[in-house]
Amino acid sequence: MESRWTWRFLAVPGVAWLSLFFLVAFYTVLCVAFGNQNTLNEPVPYWNPLDWNVGYALQVLENIWNGEEYLTVFLRTFGYVLIALAISLVIGYPVAYFAARHAGRWRGVLLLLLILPFWINYLMKMLAWINLLSPDGLATRFLDALAIDELFIALGLLADEGGWLEGQPSTLVIALVYGYIPFLILPLFAALDRIDQRQIEAARDLGASPFAAFRRVTLPLSMPGILAGTVLIALPMFGDYYTNDLISASTRTSMTGNQIDLFTRQGSQKTVGAVLTVALSVVLLLFMLYYLRQTRRADAATRT
Amino acid sequence: MRWLRNSWGRPRFLPAITIVYILWSIVPVALAVLFAFNDGRSRTSWQGFSMRWFTGETGSVLHDPSLQSALEHTLILAVICVAVAVPLGVTLALGLQRWRGPGSGAVNTLMLLPLVTPELVMGVALLLLFLQIFNGWGLGTTAQAIGQVTFAVSYVVVIVRGRLVTIGREYEEAAADLGAPFRDRLMRVILPLLAPAILASAGIVFALSIDDFVITQYLSAGADTNTVSMLLYATARGAPSPALNALATITLVITLVTLALAYLVYRRFAGAGSAAEAATLGEV
Repeated sequence: MESRWTWRFLAVPGVAWLSLFFLVAFYTVLCVAFGNQNTLNEPVPYWNPLDWNVGYALQVLENIWNGEEYLTVFLRTFGYVLIALAISLVIGYPVAYFAARHAGRWRGVLLLLLILPFWINYLMKMLAWINLLSPDGLATRFLDALAIDELFIALGLLADEGGWLEGQPSTLVIALVYGYIPFLILPLFAALDRIDQRQIEAARDLGASPFAAFRRVTLPLSMPGILAGTVLIALPMFGDYYTNDLISASTRTSMTGNQIDLFTRQGSQKTVGAVLTVALSVVLLLFMLYYLRQTRRADAATRT
Repeated sequence: MRWLRNSWGRPRFLPAITIVYILWSIVPVALAVLFAFNDGRSRTSWQGFSMRWFTGETGSVLHDPSLQSALEHTLILAVICVAVAVPLGVTLALGLQRWRGPGSGAVNTLMLLPLVTPELVMGVALLLLFLQIFNGWGLGTTAQAIGQVTFAVSYVVVIVRGRLVTIGREYEEAAADLGAPFRDRLMRVILPLLAPAILASAGIVFALSIDDFVITQYLSAGADTNTVSMLLYATARGAPSPALNALATITLVITLVTLALAYLVYRRFAGAGSAAEAATLGEV
């Protein structure tokens, strides 16, 4: 008996830390969001939930409901994230598939090369692209030589030649893909790597064409990895403000993260920022709970 | 078996797309590293090899006060973060591992939440916490370190718990049968067995702290508390010089060397069977 309680006691510092700096911190967001503002637009939090003032929150929500700015920006964010996720999957799945199934003796090297971008500072990746896509940058010249910029202009994805970094949604979406795709490929790799080769062989023995075996065996079996990886990169994309600041630097491509950043860190109206943070969290909670459930399930499987 | 090899033949587009992806993911950053060594101000045309942006008399990482202070502050935060997050995470992992029944599910969820919460949400929450409740401490180094520890702890728990599962309970039970009291079992049996995982998680936390941006920025207070990531954000669009590339290159090298050491230590001491486990560490 001694031991059971001693073990639990070991968890106390960690639990206390997370309660204070995660739970209480989030509770503070709620108290600010449902609090009041003084005449300087500084937040006056209401600590007692019974006093919570839904006035400001309702105003912000009304703005969303009536299709005004916050909603426009949220729908834009949702669109960008959705397209970025689709592109990431189209690129990431074949790469993960090849690394897991066909890389042969290159597997180790390939895995290393897939993990490497994972650990390159996100801001450094963006710095690299800012250098490359500046008007006289190497990538700008390269894309010009291949006439890709003209293709983008013809498709309406680019406004001016050499203007890749001037408020272009297409550049922003590609930058999001570039920044987050390594975090998708690794879970995909793990899921594809776990699939028992014999199940695919069985499908083939029973007369399935390679494509049918892929569609009816490999793809469904890798679905948990697809979903987990997609959620894993969707969450930070929804909270991203720096990619837009660096790659587009224009309010035309503002995302919800930019609005939250403007109101909270840059500090004009922290109450509105808190309401938007709560609203975004509510939307994302579903994704987060899904991911947690998957993780805990995998966790339970390894414990038995 | 010939039919097998044929019909399983690798479609050509798979290696092609993989190679293009690898080039796309690495070449831009490699070019950014290359231009850190450019003997000129340009970041687009090569003017010869030079170390001037690292050690030169003017505007180099070594002699520009803002670059130097950002690098120093980044490393100080990383050391504090490791020193606090690793002990907290190891004890939490040990506690959670043996904790069954009421409360354990909730604590598990609490531990995993920082891993899935968008950093912006955590950044806003911590900012408001430090402005409204801990306004005595205020923003700055302490707040930044606390913020980083709050998300780093979960990584430590996940890694250490993975190792706890692998080593099982036999050694500890053997020690208990031989009459070892709790303290000896912990200090002389479990912790030595956990050492590789503890070192690996220290390396990962160090790298996470160096690369962190959002939380560190939200909890910063003025130029003294700028980190490398924050400096990259602030100056990449404005007035970048190759010194910025040099600064980013230095932190990249520090990060990769730390992770390589962590991996080697883990593989050396945790046995060959754990290599795959270590390779997937990045996945958490």
